[in-house]
Amino acid sequence: MRPFVELTGVSHTYATGGTLAVDGLDIRVNEGEFAAVVGPSGCGKSTLMKLATGLQFPQSGAVVVDGQEVRAPVKIAGMAFQAPTLLPWRTTLENLMLPLEIVEPHRSRLRRHKAEYVAKAEALLESVGLKGAGSKFPWQLSGGMQQRSSLCRALIHEPKLLMLDEPFGALDAFTREELWCVIRDLHARMAGTLTVILVTHDLREAVFLADRIFCMSARPGKIIAEREVTFPRPRDLEITYTSEFSDIVHDLRGRIAEARTAA
Amino acid sequence: MDALADFLLLNWPTALVIGCVAYVAMLLYKVIGASALDRTKLGLQLAPLLCTVGTFLAWELLCKAFAVSTFVLPAPSDIAVAIWQFRRQIGFHSFHTAWMTLAGFGLAVAVGIALGLVLGASRFFYAGFYPLLVGFNSIPKVAVVPILVIWFGVGWLPAVLTAFMISFFPIVVNVATGLATIEPETEDVLKALGASKLQIMTKVGIPRSLPYFFGSLKVAITLAYVGSVIAEYNASRYGIGNLMARASADFNVPLLFAALIALAILGVAMYMATVWLENRMTGWAQRSSFAAG
Repeated sequence: MRPFVELTGVSHTYATGGTLAVDGLDIRVNEGEFAAVVGPSGCGKSTLMKLATGLQFPQSGAVVVDGQEVRAPVKIAGMAFQAPTLLPWRTTLENLMLPLEIVEPHRSRLRRHKAEYVAKAEALLESVGLKGAGSKFPWQLSGGMQQRSSLCRALIHEPKLLMLDEPFGALDAFTREELWCVIRDLHARMAGTLTVILVTHDLREAVFLADRIFCMSARPGKIIAEREVTFPRPRDLEITYTSEFSDIVHDLRGRIAEARTAA
Repeated sequence: MDALADFLLLNWPTALVIGCVAYVAMLLYKVIGASALDRTKLGLQLAPLLCTVGTFLAWELLCKAFAVSTFVLPAPSDIAVAIWQFRRQIGFHSFHTAWMTLAGFGLAVAVGIALGLVLGASRFFYAGFYPLLVGFNSIPKVAVVPILVIWFGVGWLPAVLTAFMISFFPIVVNVATGLATIEPETEDVLKALGASKLQIMTKVGIPRSLPYFFGSLKVAITLAYVGSVIAEYNASRYGIGNLMARASADFNVPLLFAALIALAILGVAMYMATVWLENRMTGWAQRSSFAAG
Protein backbone atom coordinates (compact mmCIF):
# COMPACT_ATOMS: atom_id res chain seq x y z
CA MET A 1 0.00 0.00 0.00
CA ARG A 2 1.27 3.42 -0.87
CA PRO A 3 1.38 6.21 1.68
CA PHE A 4 -1.43 8.69 1.08
CA VAL A 5 -0.65 11.37 3.64
CA GLU A 6 2.97 11.84 4.53
CA LEU A 7 4.40 14.43 6.88
CA THR A 8 8.18 14.42 7.22
CA GLY A 9 9.96 16.48 9.86
CA VAL A 10 7.20 19.09 9.90
CA SER A 11 7.48 22.05 12.27
CA HIS A 12 5.06 24.94 12.39
CA THR A 13 4.40 28.06 14.39
CA TYR A 14 1.62 30.60 13.97
CA ALA A 15 3.53 33.73 14.95
CA THR A 16 7.09 34.36 13.85
CA GLY A 17 9.34 33.80 16.84
CA GLY A 18 6.44 32.28 18.78
CA THR A 19 6.47 28.86 20.36
CA LEU A 20 6.19 25.94 18.01
CA ALA A 21 2.72 24.44 17.61
CA VAL A 22 4.15 21.22 16.24
CA ASP A 23 7.78 20.15 16.16
CA GLY A 24 9.33 17.57 13.87
CA LEU A 25 6.20 15.62 13.05
CA ASP A 26 6.64 12.35 11.17
CA ILE A 27 3.39 10.77 10.09
CA ARG A 28 2.59 8.26 7.37
CA VAL A 29 -0.94 7.18 6.65
CA ASN A 30 -1.54 4.62 3.92
CA GLU A 31 -4.25 4.88 1.31
CA GLY A 32 -7.61 3.62 2.55
CA GLU A 33 -6.37 3.51 6.11
CA PHE A 34 -8.21 4.87 9.16
CA ALA A 35 -5.73 6.78 11.29
CA ALA A 36 -6.34 8.42 14.63
CA VAL A 37 -4.30 11.11 16.31
CA VAL A 38 -4.68 11.34 20.08
CA GLY A 39 -3.11 13.61 22.62
CA PRO A 40 -3.82 16.14 25.35
CA SER A 41 -5.62 19.34 24.44
CA GLY A 42 -3.43 22.02 22.92
CA CYS A 43 -0.97 19.54 21.45
CA GLY A 44 -1.33 20.84 17.91
CA LYS A 45 -3.81 18.25 16.64
CA SER A 46 -5.81 20.87 14.80
CA THR A 47 -2.59 22.28 13.34
CA LEU A 48 -1.89 18.83 11.98
CA MET A 49 -5.30 18.86 10.27
CA LYS A 50 -4.65 22.23 8.70
CA LEU A 51 -1.22 21.16 7.50
CA ALA A 52 -2.51 17.97 5.93
CA THR A 53 -5.29 19.78 4.06
CA GLY A 54 -3.14 22.68 2.87
CA LEU A 55 -4.90 25.33 4.93
CA GLN A 56 -1.51 26.04 6.50
CA PHE A 57 1.96 25.45 5.14
CA PRO A 58 4.77 24.15 7.34
CA GLN A 59 7.74 26.31 8.16
CA SER A 60 10.03 23.37 7.75
CA GLY A 61 9.58 19.83 6.59
CA ALA A 62 7.41 18.46 3.82
CA VAL A 63 3.73 17.55 3.52
CA VAL A 64 2.84 15.16 0.71
CA VAL A 65 -0.75 14.17 0.00
CA ASP A 66 -1.68 11.71 -2.74
CA GLY A 67 1.86 11.79 -4.10
CA GLN A 68 2.04 15.56 -4.44
CA GLU A 69 3.62 18.14 -2.21
CA VAL A 70 0.92 20.36 -0.68
CA ARG A 71 1.17 23.96 -1.87
CA ALA A 72 -2.53 24.94 -1.82
CA PRO A 73 -5.72 23.63 -0.19
CA VAL A 74 -5.87 20.03 -1.36
CA LYS A 75 -9.44 20.00 -2.82
CA ILE A 76 -9.85 16.27 -2.31
CA ALA A 77 -10.59 16.55 1.39
CA GLY A 78 -13.81 16.57 3.35
CA MET A 79 -13.80 17.98 6.86
CA ALA A 80 -16.00 17.75 9.92
CA PHE A 81 -15.47 19.48 13.22
CA GLN A 82 -16.75 19.33 16.78
CA ALA A 83 -19.28 22.04 15.86
CA PRO A 84 -21.45 20.86 12.96
CA THR A 85 -20.89 24.22 11.13
CA LEU A 86 -24.03 23.78 9.03
CA LEU A 87 -25.41 26.94 7.46
CA PRO A 88 -28.68 27.89 9.20
CA TRP A 89 -30.27 29.50 6.13
CA ARG A 90 -30.02 26.29 4.11
CA THR A 91 -32.05 23.15 4.66
CA THR A 92 -30.12 20.03 5.57
CA LEU A 93 -30.27 18.83 1.98
CA GLU A 94 -29.06 22.19 0.67
CA ASN A 95 -26.24 22.07 3.22
CA LEU A 96 -25.24 18.69 1.84
CA MET A 97 -25.20 20.05 -1.69
CA LEU A 98 -22.79 22.86 -0.75
CA PRO A 99 -19.57 21.00 -1.63
CA LEU A 100 -21.11 20.07 -4.99
CA GLU A 101 -21.52 23.75 -5.77
CA ILE A 102 -17.78 24.22 -5.34
CA VAL A 103 -15.91 21.07 -6.30
CA GLU A 104 -15.40 20.16 -9.95
CA PRO A 105 -16.62 18.21 -11.89
CA HIS A 106 -19.84 18.34 -9.84
CA ARG A 107 -20.04 22.11 -9.98
CA SER A 108 -20.54 22.34 -13.71
CA ARG A 109 -22.79 19.25 -13.80
CA LEU A 110 -24.99 20.24 -10.86
CA ARG A 111 -27.53 22.35 -12.68
CA ARG A 112 -28.31 19.80 -15.38
CA HIS A 113 -28.11 16.69 -13.20
CA LYS A 114 -29.82 18.14 -10.16
CA ALA A 115 -32.20 15.21 -9.63
CA GLU A 116 -29.37 12.71 -9.71
CA TYR A 117 -27.40 14.63 -7.07
CA VAL A 118 -30.44 15.14 -4.86
CA ALA A 119 -31.11 11.40 -4.98
CA LYS A 120 -27.49 10.77 -4.04
CA ALA A 121 -27.66 13.18 -1.10
CA GLU A 122 -30.88 11.61 0.11
CA ALA A 123 -29.37 8.15 -0.11
CA LEU A 124 -26.40 9.34 1.92
CA LEU A 125 -28.72 10.84 4.55
CA GLU A 126 -30.62 7.57 4.70
CA SER A 127 -27.41 5.61 5.21
CA VAL A 128 -26.66 7.60 8.39
CA GLY A 129 -30.22 7.21 9.67
CA LEU A 130 -31.54 10.60 8.62
CA LYS A 131 -34.14 9.55 6.09
CA GLY A 132 -36.55 12.40 5.36
CA ALA A 133 -34.59 14.98 7.39
CA GLY A 134 -33.31 16.73 4.26
CA SER A 135 -36.11 19.28 4.13
CA LYS A 136 -35.59 20.34 7.75
CA PHE A 137 -33.33 23.18 8.75
CA PRO A 138 -30.24 22.16 10.73
CA TRP A 139 -31.42 24.02 13.81
CA GLN A 140 -34.53 21.86 13.85
CA LEU A 141 -32.36 18.75 14.30
CA SER A 142 -30.80 17.39 17.49
CA GLY A 143 -27.04 17.69 18.08
CA GLY A 144 -26.41 14.10 17.01
CA MET A 145 -28.46 14.52 13.85
CA GLN A 146 -26.62 17.74 13.00
CA GLN A 147 -23.32 15.93 13.38
CA ARG A 148 -24.54 13.15 11.09
CA SER A 149 -25.49 15.75 8.48
CA SER A 150 -22.10 17.34 8.88
CA LEU A 151 -20.46 13.97 8.18
CA CYS A 152 -22.64 13.56 5.09
CA ARG A 153 -21.59 16.99 3.87
CA ALA A 154 -17.95 16.00 4.31
CA LEU A 155 -18.51 12.91 2.12
CA ILE A 156 -21.00 13.99 -0.55
CA HIS A 157 -18.34 14.89 -3.13
CA GLU A 158 -16.59 11.54 -2.61
CA PRO A 159 -13.35 12.92 -1.19
CA LYS A 160 -10.30 10.71 -1.01
CA LEU A 161 -9.36 12.14 2.36
CA LEU A 162 -11.69 12.67 5.32
CA MET A 163 -10.43 14.84 8.16
CA LEU A 164 -12.35 14.65 11.43
CA ASP A 165 -11.48 17.06 14.22
CA GLU A 166 -13.06 15.73 17.42
CA PRO A 167 -16.36 15.29 15.59
CA PHE A 168 -18.09 13.54 18.48
CA GLY A 169 -16.66 15.64 21.29
CA ALA A 170 -19.85 17.51 22.08
CA LEU A 171 -22.19 14.50 22.02
CA ASP A 172 -23.48 12.31 24.82
CA ALA A 173 -21.98 8.82 25.26
CA PHE A 174 -24.81 6.90 23.57
CA THR A 175 -25.03 9.14 20.53
CA ARG A 176 -21.26 9.06 20.27
CA GLU A 177 -21.16 5.26 20.10
CA GLU A 178 -23.93 5.30 17.50
CA LEU A 179 -21.91 7.68 15.39
CA TRP A 180 -18.77 5.56 15.76
CA CYS A 181 -20.72 2.84 13.99
CA VAL A 182 -21.94 5.29 11.34
CA ILE A 183 -18.38 6.35 10.57
CA ARG A 184 -17.15 2.76 10.68
CA ASP A 185 -19.77 1.74 8.09
CA LEU A 186 -19.13 4.74 5.85
CA HIS A 187 -15.43 3.93 5.82
CA ALA A 188 -16.13 0.27 5.13
CA ARG A 189 -18.40 1.13 2.19
CA MET A 190 -15.66 3.13 0.46
CA ALA A 191 -13.36 0.15 0.92
CA GLY A 192 -9.79 1.16 0.28
CA THR A 193 -10.50 4.48 -1.45
CA LEU A 194 -11.23 6.69 1.56
CA THR A 195 -8.41 7.62 3.89
CA VAL A 196 -9.57 8.97 7.24
CA ILE A 197 -7.63 10.99 9.78
CA LEU A 198 -9.49 11.35 13.05
CA VAL A 199 -8.26 13.76 15.68
CA THR A 200 -9.61 12.95 19.11
CA HIS A 201 -8.80 12.85 22.79
CA ASP A 202 -11.02 9.85 23.38
CA LEU A 203 -8.73 6.81 23.46
CA ARG A 204 -11.56 4.28 23.24
CA GLU A 205 -12.87 6.05 20.16
CA ALA A 206 -9.42 5.92 18.57
CA VAL A 207 -8.85 2.24 19.33
CA PHE A 208 -12.31 1.21 18.17
CA LEU A 209 -12.18 3.05 14.86
CA ALA A 210 -8.57 3.25 13.76
CA ASP A 211 -6.05 0.97 12.07
CA ARG A 212 -3.17 3.15 13.21
CA ILE A 213 -2.90 5.49 16.18
CA PHE A 214 -0.46 8.33 16.65
CA CYS A 215 0.04 9.75 20.15
CA MET A 216 1.11 13.35 20.41
CA SER A 217 2.80 15.12 23.28
CA ALA A 218 1.77 18.46 24.73
CA ARG A 219 2.84 21.62 22.92
CA PRO A 220 5.04 21.70 20.96
CA GLY A 221 3.34 18.63 19.50
CA LYS A 222 5.55 15.65 18.68
CA ILE A 223 4.68 12.08 17.87
CA ILE A 224 5.61 10.09 20.96
CA ALA A 225 4.15 6.77 19.94
CA GLU A 226 2.67 5.03 16.96
CA ARG A 227 0.70 1.83 17.25
CA GLU A 228 -1.25 -0.37 14.92
CA VAL A 229 -4.62 -1.78 15.91
CA THR A 230 -5.17 -5.15 14.29
CA PHE A 231 -8.70 -6.06 15.36
CA PRO A 232 -10.40 -7.61 12.34
CA ARG A 233 -13.07 -5.60 10.54
CA PRO A 234 -15.99 -5.19 10.67
CA ARG A 235 -15.67 -4.43 14.35
CA ASP A 236 -18.58 -4.73 16.70
CA LEU A 237 -19.11 -2.34 19.61
CA GLU A 238 -18.78 -5.40 21.87
CA ILE A 239 -15.02 -5.48 21.30
CA THR A 240 -14.71 -2.32 23.35
CA TYR A 241 -15.48 -4.50 26.40
CA THR A 242 -12.82 -7.15 25.72
CA SER A 243 -9.58 -7.27 27.67
CA GLU A 244 -7.42 -6.94 24.52
CA PHE A 245 -9.19 -3.67 23.80
CA SER A 246 -8.68 -2.39 27.33
CA ASP A 247 -5.02 -3.35 27.19
CA ILE A 248 -4.42 -1.17 24.15
CA VAL A 249 -6.33 1.75 25.66
CA HIS A 250 -4.37 1.32 28.88
CA ASP A 251 -1.06 1.19 27.07
CA LEU A 252 -1.80 4.38 25.11
CA ARG A 253 -3.01 6.13 28.21
CA GLY A 254 0.22 5.24 29.98
CA ARG A 255 2.35 6.68 27.19
CA ILE A 256 0.43 9.96 27.13
CA ALA A 257 0.59 10.26 30.91
CA GLU A 258 4.34 9.64 30.74
CA ALA A 259 4.76 12.42 28.19
CA ARG A 260 2.73 14.79 30.34
CA THR A 261 4.85 14.25 33.43
CA ALA A 262 8.05 14.55 31.40
CA ALA A 263 6.91 17.91 29.97
CA MET B 1 -53.74 63.62 -12.22
CA ASP B 2 -54.10 66.98 -10.52
CA ALA B 3 -57.60 66.10 -9.40
CA LEU B 4 -56.28 62.89 -7.81
CA ALA B 5 -53.48 64.72 -5.99
CA ASP B 6 -55.99 67.26 -4.78
CA PHE B 7 -58.31 64.57 -3.53
CA LEU B 8 -55.49 62.83 -1.66
CA LEU B 9 -54.25 66.06 -0.11
CA LEU B 10 -57.71 66.89 1.17
CA ASN B 11 -58.73 63.48 2.42
CA TRP B 12 -55.62 61.70 3.71
CA PRO B 13 -56.45 62.17 7.41
CA THR B 14 -59.89 60.66 6.86
CA ALA B 15 -58.37 57.73 5.00
CA LEU B 16 -55.81 57.21 7.77
CA VAL B 17 -58.51 57.18 10.45
CA ILE B 18 -60.70 54.80 8.44
CA GLY B 19 -57.71 52.51 7.90
CA CYS B 20 -56.85 52.44 11.60
CA VAL B 21 -60.43 51.81 12.65
CA ALA B 22 -60.78 49.00 10.11
CA TYR B 23 -57.53 47.40 11.33
CA VAL B 24 -58.65 47.56 14.97
CA ALA B 25 -62.06 46.16 14.06
CA MET B 26 -60.43 43.29 12.19
CA LEU B 27 -58.16 42.49 15.15
CA LEU B 28 -61.06 42.66 17.61
CA TYR B 29 -63.11 40.38 15.40
CA LYS B 30 -60.23 37.87 15.38
CA VAL B 31 -59.77 38.09 19.16
CA ILE B 32 -63.44 37.44 19.82
CA GLY B 33 -63.55 34.49 17.43
CA ALA B 34 -60.27 32.95 18.65
CA SER B 35 -59.75 30.17 21.16
CA ALA B 36 -58.45 31.04 24.62
CA LEU B 37 -54.91 29.99 23.71
CA ASP B 38 -54.64 32.25 20.67
CA ARG B 39 -56.29 35.10 22.49
CA THR B 40 -53.16 36.08 24.46
CA LYS B 41 -51.20 36.05 21.21
CA LEU B 42 -53.68 38.32 19.47
CA GLY B 43 -53.87 40.47 22.57
CA LEU B 44 -50.19 41.18 21.96
CA GLN B 45 -51.07 42.55 18.53
CA LEU B 46 -53.51 44.94 20.14
CA ALA B 47 -50.95 46.03 22.75
CA PRO B 48 -49.27 48.73 20.60
CA LEU B 49 -52.64 50.30 19.83
CA LEU B 50 -53.76 50.28 23.46
CA CYS B 51 -50.49 51.76 24.67
CA THR B 52 -50.48 54.47 21.98
CA VAL B 53 -54.07 55.47 22.67
CA GLY B 54 -53.35 55.41 26.41
CA THR B 55 -50.35 57.69 26.04
CA PHE B 56 -52.29 60.25 24.03
CA LEU B 57 -55.19 60.05 26.45
CA ALA B 58 -52.86 60.75 29.39
CA TRP B 59 -51.34 63.66 27.47
CA GLU B 60 -54.83 65.06 26.80
CA LEU B 61 -55.92 64.71 30.41
CA LEU B 62 -52.76 66.30 31.80
CA CYS B 63 -53.09 69.27 29.45
CA LYS B 64 -56.72 69.75 30.44
CA ALA B 65 -56.15 69.15 34.16
CA PHE B 66 -53.37 71.72 34.41
CA ALA B 67 -54.92 74.02 31.81
CA VAL B 68 -51.69 74.08 29.80
CA SER B 69 -51.73 76.80 27.15
CA THR B 70 -51.72 75.54 23.54
CA PHE B 71 -48.80 77.89 23.01
CA VAL B 72 -46.68 75.79 25.38
CA LEU B 73 -47.96 72.28 24.82
CA PRO B 74 -51.06 71.70 22.73
CA ALA B 75 -53.28 68.79 23.74
CA PRO B 76 -53.70 65.95 21.21
CA SER B 77 -57.19 67.25 20.42
CA ASP B 78 -55.70 70.64 19.48
CA ILE B 79 -53.11 68.87 17.35
CA ALA B 80 -55.83 66.85 15.64
CA VAL B 81 -57.67 70.05 14.83
CA ALA B 82 -54.44 71.54 13.46
CA ILE B 83 -53.79 68.43 11.35
CA TRP B 84 -57.27 68.71 9.85
CA GLN B 85 -56.95 72.45 9.33
CA PHE B 86 -53.52 72.25 7.68
CA ARG B 87 -54.01 68.82 6.06
CA ARG B 88 -53.21 70.21 2.63
CA GLN B 89 -49.83 71.62 3.62
CA ILE B 90 -48.95 68.68 5.86
CA GLY B 91 -49.84 66.17 3.17
CA PHE B 92 -47.87 68.05 0.53
CA HIS B 93 -44.75 68.43 2.65
CA SER B 94 -44.94 64.89 4.04
CA PHE B 95 -44.91 63.58 0.51
CA HIS B 96 -41.73 65.52 -0.25
CA THR B 97 -40.06 64.48 2.99
CA ALA B 98 -40.96 60.84 2.29
CA TRP B 99 -39.44 60.70 -1.17
CA MET B 100 -36.33 62.66 -0.24
CA THR B 101 -35.78 60.38 2.75
CA LEU B 102 -36.31 57.27 0.65
CA ALA B 103 -33.94 58.53 -2.02
CA GLY B 104 -31.25 59.22 0.58
CA PHE B 105 -31.93 55.91 2.26
CA GLY B 106 -31.73 54.04 -1.04
CA LEU B 107 -28.39 55.69 -1.76
CA ALA B 108 -27.22 54.75 1.74
CA VAL B 109 -28.22 51.12 1.19
CA ALA B 110 -26.37 50.93 -2.14
CA VAL B 111 -23.21 52.63 -0.89
CA GLY B 112 -23.44 50.93 2.51
CA ILE B 113 -23.59 47.44 0.98
CA ALA B 114 -20.76 48.14 -1.46
CA LEU B 115 -18.49 49.66 1.17
CA GLY B 116 -19.45 47.03 3.73
CA LEU B 117 -18.54 44.23 1.31
CA VAL B 118 -15.16 45.80 0.59
CA LEU B 119 -14.41 46.38 4.26
CA GLY B 120 -15.66 42.96 5.31
CA ALA B 121 -13.70 41.13 2.62
CA SER B 122 -10.37 42.85 3.14
CA ARG B 123 -8.62 43.22 6.44
CA PHE B 124 -6.46 45.97 5.01
CA PHE B 125 -9.41 48.16 4.07
CA TYR B 126 -11.22 47.29 7.30
CA ALA B 127 -8.30 48.48 9.40
CA GLY B 128 -7.54 51.36 7.06
CA PHE B 129 -10.94 52.95 6.57
CA TYR B 130 -12.53 52.33 9.94
CA PRO B 131 -11.07 55.38 11.71
CA LEU B 132 -11.99 57.52 8.72
CA LEU B 133 -15.57 56.29 8.81
CA VAL B 134 -15.88 56.80 12.54
CA GLY B 135 -14.51 60.30 12.13
CA PHE B 136 -16.96 61.08 9.37
CA ASN B 137 -19.84 59.68 11.37
CA SER B 138 -18.91 61.86 14.35
CA ILE B 139 -19.38 65.07 12.37
CA PRO B 140 -22.77 66.61 13.18
CA LYS B 141 -24.54 66.50 9.85
CA VAL B 142 -26.25 69.83 10.54
CA ALA B 143 -22.82 71.38 10.09
CA VAL B 144 -22.48 69.85 6.63
CA VAL B 145 -25.80 71.20 5.33
CA PRO B 146 -24.42 74.73 4.65
CA ILE B 147 -21.60 73.18 2.62
CA LEU B 148 -24.11 71.21 0.58
CA VAL B 149 -26.10 74.37 0.01
CA ILE B 150 -22.98 76.15 -1.27
CA TRP B 151 -22.37 73.25 -3.64
CA PHE B 152 -25.86 72.45 -4.83
CA GLY B 153 -28.04 75.39 -3.79
CA VAL B 154 -31.31 75.21 -1.90
CA GLY B 155 -33.47 72.31 -3.08
CA TRP B 156 -33.96 68.59 -2.85
CA LEU B 157 -30.33 67.52 -3.28
CA PRO B 158 -29.01 68.68 0.13
CA ALA B 159 -31.88 66.86 1.86
CA VAL B 160 -31.27 63.62 -0.02
CA LEU B 161 -27.52 63.81 0.58
CA THR B 162 -27.90 64.59 4.28
CA ALA B 163 -30.26 61.63 4.69
CA PHE B 164 -27.68 59.50 2.90
CA MET B 165 -24.71 60.70 4.94
CA ILE B 166 -26.39 60.20 8.27
CA SER B 167 -27.71 56.72 7.54
CA PHE B 168 -25.05 54.84 5.61
CA PHE B 169 -22.66 54.26 8.51
CA PRO B 170 -24.68 51.63 10.42
CA ILE B 171 -25.21 49.72 7.16
CA VAL B 172 -21.48 49.65 6.37
CA VAL B 173 -20.56 48.55 9.88
CA ASN B 174 -23.14 45.78 9.99
CA VAL B 175 -22.46 44.34 6.57
CA ALA B 176 -18.72 44.39 7.27
CA THR B 177 -19.22 42.75 10.67
CA GLY B 178 -21.36 40.00 9.19
CA LEU B 179 -18.65 39.21 6.66
CA ALA B 180 -15.71 39.54 9.00
CA THR B 181 -17.15 37.20 11.62
CA ILE B 182 -17.55 34.04 9.52
CA GLU B 183 -16.73 31.08 11.78
CA PRO B 184 -13.15 30.01 10.95
CA GLU B 185 -14.24 26.37 10.84
CA THR B 186 -16.89 27.06 8.20
CA GLU B 187 -14.25 28.88 6.23
CA ASP B 188 -11.89 25.90 6.61
CA VAL B 189 -14.55 23.49 5.34
CA LEU B 190 -14.96 25.59 2.21
CA LYS B 191 -11.26 26.26 1.68
CA ALA B 192 -10.49 22.56 1.94
CA LEU B 193 -12.93 22.07 -0.93
CA GLY B 194 -10.88 24.54 -2.96
CA ALA B 195 -13.39 27.39 -2.71
CA SER B 196 -12.21 30.80 -3.87
CA LYS B 197 -12.55 33.91 -1.75
CA LEU B 198 -15.45 35.01 -3.94
CA GLN B 199 -17.23 31.68 -3.44
CA ILE B 200 -16.81 31.91 0.33
CA MET B 201 -18.30 35.40 0.17
CA THR B 202 -21.34 34.45 -1.90
CA LYS B 203 -22.05 31.08 -0.30
CA VAL B 204 -21.47 32.04 3.32
CA GLY B 205 -20.47 35.65 3.91
CA ILE B 206 -23.34 37.45 2.23
CA PRO B 207 -26.22 35.24 3.41
CA ARG B 208 -24.68 35.34 6.87
CA SER B 209 -24.52 39.13 6.95
CA LEU B 210 -28.15 39.55 5.85
CA PRO B 211 -29.59 39.57 9.40
CA TYR B 212 -27.01 42.18 10.38
CA PHE B 213 -27.88 44.15 7.27
CA PHE B 214 -31.62 44.16 7.93
CA GLY B 215 -31.00 44.99 11.56
CA SER B 216 -29.05 48.03 10.42
CA LEU B 217 -31.81 49.07 8.01
CA LYS B 218 -34.12 49.67 10.96
CA VAL B 219 -31.60 52.04 12.48
CA ALA B 220 -30.76 53.62 9.14
CA ILE B 221 -34.33 54.42 8.07
CA THR B 222 -35.05 56.40 11.23
CA LEU B 223 -31.70 58.18 10.92
CA ALA B 224 -32.48 59.05 7.30
CA TYR B 225 -35.55 60.95 8.52
CA VAL B 226 -33.43 62.92 10.92
CA GLY B 227 -31.09 63.77 8.06
CA SER B 228 -33.68 64.92 5.54
CA VAL B 229 -35.61 66.97 8.10
CA ILE B 230 -32.42 68.70 9.28
CA ALA B 231 -31.64 69.69 5.72
CA GLU B 232 -35.21 70.76 4.97
CA TYR B 233 -35.24 72.85 8.11
CA ASN B 234 -32.16 74.72 7.00
CA ALA B 235 -32.18 74.72 3.25
CA SER B 236 -35.31 73.75 1.39
CA ARG B 237 -38.61 75.09 0.19
CA TYR B 238 -40.32 71.74 0.64
CA GLY B 239 -40.66 69.09 3.30
CA ILE B 240 -41.91 68.73 6.83
CA GLY B 241 -38.69 70.29 8.14
CA ASN B 242 -39.38 73.41 6.10
CA LEU B 243 -43.00 73.48 7.26
CA MET B 244 -41.79 73.31 10.85
CA ALA B 245 -39.27 76.10 10.31
CA ARG B 246 -42.05 78.34 9.03
CA ALA B 247 -44.52 77.26 11.73
CA SER B 248 -42.04 78.10 14.46
CA ALA B 249 -41.34 81.48 12.86
CA ASP B 250 -45.11 82.12 13.04
CA PHE B 251 -45.30 80.78 16.60
CA ASN B 252 -47.93 78.37 15.31
CA VAL B 253 -47.29 75.73 17.98
CA PRO B 254 -50.24 73.42 17.13
CA LEU B 255 -49.03 73.23 13.50
CA LEU B 256 -45.51 72.53 14.74
CA PHE B 257 -46.81 69.59 16.76
CA ALA B 258 -49.04 68.47 13.90
CA ALA B 259 -45.92 68.32 11.71
CA LEU B 260 -44.10 66.30 14.38
CA ILE B 261 -46.95 63.80 14.53
CA ALA B 262 -46.93 63.52 10.74
CA LEU B 263 -43.18 62.78 10.90
CA ALA B 264 -43.72 60.16 13.58
CA ILE B 265 -46.42 58.45 11.51
CA LEU B 266 -44.17 58.41 8.43
CA GLY B 267 -41.29 57.07 10.49
CA VAL B 268 -43.34 54.26 12.01
CA ALA B 269 -44.70 53.31 8.58
CA MET B 270 -41.20 53.07 7.06
CA TYR B 271 -39.87 51.21 10.07
CA MET B 272 -42.67 48.67 9.83
CA ALA B 273 -41.96 48.22 6.13
CA THR B 274 -38.31 47.35 6.91
CA VAL B 275 -39.35 44.95 9.68
CA TRP B 276 -41.73 43.22 7.29
CA LEU B 277 -38.95 42.89 4.74
CA GLU B 278 -36.57 41.58 7.39
CA ASN B 279 -39.00 38.89 8.50
CA ARG B 280 -39.53 37.77 4.95
CA MET B 281 -35.86 37.66 4.04
CA THR B 282 -34.19 36.29 7.16
CA GLY B 283 -36.83 34.27 8.98
CA TRP B 284 -34.16 31.64 9.63
CA ALA B 285 -32.25 34.02 11.89
CA GLN B 286 -35.23 34.64 14.16
CA ARG B 287 -35.60 31.13 15.50
CA SER B 288 -34.87 31.77 19.15
CA SER B 289 -37.85 31.26 21.43
CA PHE B 290 -36.57 34.26 23.34
CA ALA B 291 -37.33 36.57 20.41
CA ALA B 292 -40.63 34.84 19.67
CA GLY B 293 -41.69 35.36 23.30
